[in-house]
Amino acid sequence: MSVTGLISIFLAAILTNNFVLSKFLGICPFLGVSKKLDTAVGMSVAVIFVMFIATAVTWPIQMFILNPNGLSYLQTIVFILIIAALVQFIEIFLKKYIPSLYSALGIYLPLITTNCAVLGVTTLNIDEGYNYVESLVNTVGAGVGFMVAMVIFSGVRGRMETSDVPKFFQGLPIVLIAASIVACSFLGFGGLVDGLFN
Amino acid sequence: MAKKQKSLFEIFTAGFVKENPVLRLVLGTCPTLAVTTMAFNGLGMGLAATAVLICSNALISALRKIIPDKIHIPVYITIIAAFVSVVQMLVKAFVPALDSALGIFLPLIVVNCIILGRAESFAGKNKIIPSIVDGIGMGLGFTIALVCMGSIREIIGAGTWFGIQILPAAIDPMLILILAPGGFFVFGVLMACANKLAEKKGKAPATLNCAGCPASASCGQAQKGGCE
Repeated sequence: MSVTGLISIFLAAILTNNFVLSKFLGICPFLGVSKKLDTAVGMSVAVIFVMFIATAVTWPIQMFILNPNGLSYLQTIVFILIIAALVQFIEIFLKKYIPSLYSALGIYLPLITTNCAVLGVTTLNIDEGYNYVESLVNTVGAGVGFMVAMVIFSGVRGRMETSDVPKFFQGLPIVLIAASIVACSFLGFGGLVDGLFN
Repeated sequence: MAKKQKSLFEIFTAGFVKENPVLRLVLGTCPTLAVTTMAFNGLGMGLAATAVLICSNALISALRKIIPDKIHIPVYITIIAAFVSVVQMLVKAFVPALDSALGIFLPLIVVNCIILGRAESFAGKNKIIPSIVDGIGMGLGFTIALVCMGSIREIIGAGTWFGIQILPAAIDPMLILILAPGGFFVFGVLMACANKLAEKKGKAPATLNCAGCPASASCGQAQKGGCE
């Protein structure tokens, strides 16, 4: 696997196939905790962290345990249980050994079990047929893409606070419309990665 | 007897409008945005989720006294994941076109907040029959919202409805509505309409609802005053 191939996977995951804005994964935290920059960053770091560990664990399990034994139909149930257990384990581990990190990320961890971005990225890595390194690179790219979207959007929402919105669009509807405009800007990256590397 | 029937009917219809999971409770936003590029996909996704919701509601309600309280979330997730796997295999076998259209969002029904949310807030506390009725009502509410959104996006974005040409071919469809930004846009406008209707009846506008979120008990955000 060439380095350029890995870079193209990484950039595609951040820009052209942005998890939030073009694949619609992880919309709940995108709408829920993007109001302030610090919570947006905290949530994104926690998601990247859990996604990376989840991919590192689920890929070998799929390839070396499920596939050789003809159990690949158990993928969904096995993956979600692994992710749920991992999140619990990470929470306990951080609480005991790295309390400073726990106080920063701890409140986001329970939300992540049911975050479709985590189960989504582990399943996508298998569906796309990536090898172990490619899977990890794609996962980090997806996580960074999630972070980019969250950070940009927290800035947009900060501006929206002070604007005069029609009554029935106040609250979530205008947030969704703003998300639509941000997603438009990401459409501009279409073809960028193919153009650079192929 | 008459009173009981009425309450079942109320449970059944609650999910359609009053507590529509998508437009009022704002649950399950990811599949709502992702699969509604076509009305047919919305219908398929809605029915698949409804099937899972009915089965999981029934089983969780039947087991509600046996499941230990401390580990109830993992148990719920396991039950839901099992039904999702069954539905996934059935769709793959009998409707392969739908399977490829929904792609990753079919297994992701597992983490759809509607299903875990209903398990947590309804099936875990009620008897089997009301739980099944709640599952059917909520599932159909989800399906209706998805089909509405899918229809709007398909008619304006592609000029067709369930694959049938609706707009005259001379009019260029607005492709952007079936791309990602269109999803957010149509969802935002629909939610504004729902807010307008709710206002007429004196109800509060939709907010991201921590009560429906399965993680609300342990979530720091909820304690700090919710997601919004």
